[in-house]
Amino acid sequence: MLLINCPYCEETLPEAEFVYAGEAHVLRAETPSELSDQDWAEFLFIRQNVKGVHFERWRHFHGCARFFNAARDTVSDKFLITYKAGEPRPNLTELAGDAT
Amino acid sequence: MTHTIATSPAGLLFGTQGVQISRMPPKARLSLRSRNANLMALSKAIGIPVPTKIGACDTKGGTEILCLGPDEWLVLSDVSDHIAEACEKLYASVPHSLVDISHREVTFNISGPQATELLTLGWPRDPASLRVGEGRRTVFDSATVVLWRDAENAYRMDVWNSFADHLFQFLQHGCRELAAQAY
Repeated sequence: MLLINCPYCEETLPEAEFVYAGEAHVLRAETPSELSDQDWAEFLFIRQNVKGVHFERWRHFHGCARFFNAARDTVSDKFLITYKAGEPRPNLTELAGDAT
Repeated sequence: MTHTIATSPAGLLFGTQGVQISRMPPKARLSLRSRNANLMALSKAIGIPVPTKIGACDTKGGTEILCLGPDEWLVLSDVSDHIAEACEKLYASVPHSLVDISHREVTFNISGPQATELLTLGWPRDPASLRVGEGRRTVFDSATVVLWRDAENAYRMDVWNSFADHLFQFLQHGCRELAAQAY
């Protein structure tokens, strides 16, 4: 089982308390009616599906109930960082520096 | 299946030498939500300081408050009418939501020397992460519950009515299993 750090509870807790909620930082257009069908379809359905570091949303469903973001390596399943919703995407080179 | 636990009277439901499970007498439960609130004003209305650390509890008189999330609290009280009245006066100046959820859940009291061991059967957390005097909303055998640790081996568990029978049977089964191992 994965151990996930909830940035709101400030605790590292078992995955069973959390639910996955898809890719993070996918922004909805201010005025969707101005988007072309192609752009709208891409917003709705097209995701990066990266092999490597993936920015994704999680929700501490059976806990504080907050959504938050995480950077997880999809190859090793290792969480690099978790951060509160609304905070900017962390700089990964800095993170890599921290790790060494 | 009929909901037997949700309608059963308060008192001992099941006990072995190691653990006793009882249903607590009903108490008013209030759900308080407020974002970036003036907590001083809310504390005054509720009559107890509103904690800001998730999992922190405070008790004063017949009222108990538990911080569930950054903008969410659970209040248990003998004087809920009084609290509702005091909070109502604050709506204009301190936007918040206070909802009576008394009938939504059943509270189990789980205590005895094997209580912590019993909980580990359905609770993925490390029991040491819930310190005495704290509470958390967490997961127990896939159902969301609120768990308070009142003493080293004494817990209270708030369970939604619809999960109460299932979780009680799970706990009962666990008690028997522990009893069979230990004695």
